[in-house]
Amino acid sequence: MKKIHVRFYINEELNELDVQPNRTMLSVIRDELHLTGTKVGCGAGECGACTVIVDGKPVNACLVLAPEMDGMHITTIEGIADHDGNLSPLQKAFIDHAALQCGFCTPGFIMSATALLNENPTPTRDEIKHAIAGNLCRCTGYIRIIEAIEDVANQNKGGAN
Amino acid sequence: MEELKYVGKTFERSDAVKKVTGALEFVDDMHFQRMLYAQCVRSPYAHAKIISVDMSEALKLPGVRAAICGDEYPNRAGLYLEDRYFMAKPGDTAKYMGEAVAAVAAETPEIAEAACKLIKVEYEELPAVTNALEGMKPGAPIIHPDLAKYKIASIFLPEAGTNISHHYVLRKGNFEEACKQADKVFEHSFYVPHVQHVPLEPHACMARYDADGKLTVWSCCQSPYAVRQALSVAFGMALNKIRVVSPAVGGGFGSKAGTTLEGIVIPLAKHCQGRPVKLVYTREDEFVNAYVRQGMHATIKTAVQKDGKILGVQNRFVWDGGAYTEYGVNITKAGGWASAGPYDIDNVWTDSYCVYTNHPVGGPYRGFGMCEIHFAIEQNIDMVAKAIGISEVEIRRINGIRPGGHTGMNEQVDIAGYQECLEEVIKDIEYDKPCEPSGSPTKIRAKGIAGGWKAPSMPTNAGSSAIIRMNEDGTFILMSSGQEMGQGVSTVLPQIAAEVLSVPPEKITFCCGDTDYTPYEWQTVASRTTYCAGNAVKLAAEDLKNKVLDLAEIKMGAVKRDLEFKDGYVVHKIYPDRKYPISEFALGIAFPDGSGYGGPAIGVGTYTLENNINTDKKTGLAIYHPAAYWTMGANAAEVEVDTETGNIRVLKMSSCFDAGKVVNPALYCAQAEGAMVQALGTAIFEELKLKNGRVLNKSFMDYKIPTADDIPEFSIKYVEHAEPNGPYGARGVGEPLMVPGAPAIANAVYNAIGVRFTRMPITPDDVLRALREKKE
Repeated sequence: MKKIHVRFYINEELNELDVQPNRTMLSVIRDELHLTGTKVGCGAGECGACTVIVDGKPVNACLVLAPEMDGMHITTIEGIADHDGNLSPLQKAFIDHAALQCGFCTPGFIMSATALLNENPTPTRDEIKHAIAGNLCRCTGYIRIIEAIEDVANQNKGGAN
Repeated sequence: MEELKYVGKTFERSDAVKKVTGALEFVDDMHFQRMLYAQCVRSPYAHAKIISVDMSEALKLPGVRAAICGDEYPNRAGLYLEDRYFMAKPGDTAKYMGEAVAAVAAETPEIAEAACKLIKVEYEELPAVTNALEGMKPGAPIIHPDLAKYKIASIFLPEAGTNISHHYVLRKGNFEEACKQADKVFEHSFYVPHVQHVPLEPHACMARYDADGKLTVWSCCQSPYAVRQALSVAFGMALNKIRVVSPAVGGGFGSKAGTTLEGIVIPLAKHCQGRPVKLVYTREDEFVNAYVRQGMHATIKTAVQKDGKILGVQNRFVWDGGAYTEYGVNITKAGGWASAGPYDIDNVWTDSYCVYTNHPVGGPYRGFGMCEIHFAIEQNIDMVAKAIGISEVEIRRINGIRPGGHTGMNEQVDIAGYQECLEEVIKDIEYDKPCEPSGSPTKIRAKGIAGGWKAPSMPTNAGSSAIIRMNEDGTFILMSSGQEMGQGVSTVLPQIAAEVLSVPPEKITFCCGDTDYTPYEWQTVASRTTYCAGNAVKLAAEDLKNKVLDLAEIKMGAVKRDLEFKDGYVVHKIYPDRKYPISEFALGIAFPDGSGYGGPAIGVGTYTLENNINTDKKTGLAIYHPAAYWTMGANAAEVEVDTETGNIRVLKMSSCFDAGKVVNPALYCAQAEGAMVQALGTAIFEELKLKNGRVLNKSFMDYKIPTADDIPEFSIKYVEHAEPNGPYGARGVGEPLMVPGAPAIANAVYNAIGVRFTRMPITPDDVLRALREKKE
């Protein structure tokens, strides 16, 4: 199968690769770039464990074909903390609220919520629930995840005053 | 008792940063040089004889490095019952649809998949057992004709020549006499279908066989030592030649408690020496080929006085164990143990059967039978109360266990906070007050309650161990094989060590999950880890402390009884100015002349359950304590039933359990929330739909689990009646917290619309059908 040349930014770094056209963005991210924080939970766009941010929007990486990555600006969980390892306010809030257990779904939730907060820094509880409704978690019962995101929304409200 | 400093307080999870940054490496994230990818060929029949397996074409495909079939497996293995090869053998039978019959290892996943299609398997289809009640009848097709020859733990009673791999019997008192004395006798039947654990991380395993005969297995398993043991039996290998590493577990809930895909990968690795072979389940595999929660048919007869006093119960539980019941036999036993529910009843007769069927393999699921039996027990108790005209609260107050009461096995339970928990949830949800109006005449709200209990069902001599080492700077490395799978063991166990050593938990690094380096732990299951591994950790920390104090006696010229660990120092209790940082003792002590003594500080703790004795084999009655402890509590639920759509919304859930001692309150609450949402899922959404042995709903599209949109408001309380042998009074909670959730919801649904659902899940279709029938 003829490979296709793609050029994209991932976590602000430029990458140029020849990709197999039948592979997914998820496979490129994990198997070629070895950014394994983006997880494979179902491969069918139903669990949200592979959520990344593409041009500001949360996207299931398992549903995007590799050739489509050309020209994209992609952020993965590895691009959320800064280069010195300083966590984002949302990552800190997840820790403060004990909003994670096994940690397998956690990157996906953080990506969905980061995209939400970038677009709407002060979402309501309903908007938060809506934004993470495509992310499945089997451990937490969700409430602490919602509260962690709300915590950041409240910090953002404070900052606006 | 001195106030506790680190136990009983919320500390940040020790694994949190790695998890929020995606840095934690799960098995599927591990990428080794020269790695090969495995794939399986699976039986398309629920029950079929394997006539032949021809792998020749697959082996010719470029990039294929090995192909295997069941011939590779010399021995059967299994935890309590050695009833399975890890792959169905030619000449023998495939016992469920999806059972592995061959596998390949290849350079890419695509080649592996293509090679599987080239393997020719000839089958002879056999009649299948797809219902446990049918399967236990005489004349049913026999799934394991050699059952009588299988190796089985002595407490289990298989019935040779049938599909019954264990018939558990409990005979306390005389139920027939109780019926004679009772004012009323009721009989109710219930059914709980198969469900899936649905950990977000699908099962994954990688194995490498090195030139020196060492086998290393990386697996997302809950119990590395149990896996090592099963592999050793199955392949006839010495334990020191097998290293099992569990780097991370992305949700277990029991599905990763045993040995599953590890057994498939190993022969492939053996044929590709030096090359790691990796197998990762797809989500579809996960629904079919990982353990499922067994289905269960229950019938409960209740003999009751008109004042609400229950004189006796007779239970018949029939478990749909699936193709292999290495675990199922013990779930059947656990269900029998707890079969009276959290009630003190004089006459309890229980027969609990584990039945082989040609269904996916039943295994442990959070609660280990308790969620299933309590769905029946806790609805039955409401039904009995209503039939004799007393309240569901009152019947629980009358019969509910109290300190000094007795279980169905006649085991005395001295610590029993059940009644307090019941009162707490009733108060919390304002059970006596009507619900807030829904604002719509077709949306009806009501509340329900349920209780529950569980004891860890494990071998009476299950062992735990821990090692703690002090570093030169007074920090510590704590090693245990209590496995972190999200429940928080890597935070809680260091808290226990911190309490002993009087240092903050962040000074203690926790390591688990490597049979070559972290010490023995029977299994991370049964809500036993805080208690069992916690005891080993406490003993290890005490051992280290004791050794350091031996040295401090010399260095400080004081006697041990006057010395203590305090905030990172060894301090003289009477002359507190006389103190040394603990780090001064990390490598032993040094004398002025330069000589040294004592050696590096290391503590070892080993723990075996104390005086747990098997029950009487004939009657099932306790001889002494068969269980380490009983964890009990209650849930209340408020629901809203939409009589137009049939939808059920769970508005609120209250939980209260007797936790002994909560080691980390935030993590306790997180466990309770997750447990209640899992219970909610089983109550109204989840069922693994099986037709003629085929799983019909093997995707998230077709098998819905709760999302953030489905969760109720939570209220979580606990009482703390210390467990005498638990570390700082703690006992296990992770599973019990789920047990009363589903029946509390079902009872609330009854209270809303007056319809009793004796089968879960309660779907919108069920609600609408029942309302229609009620009208007619």
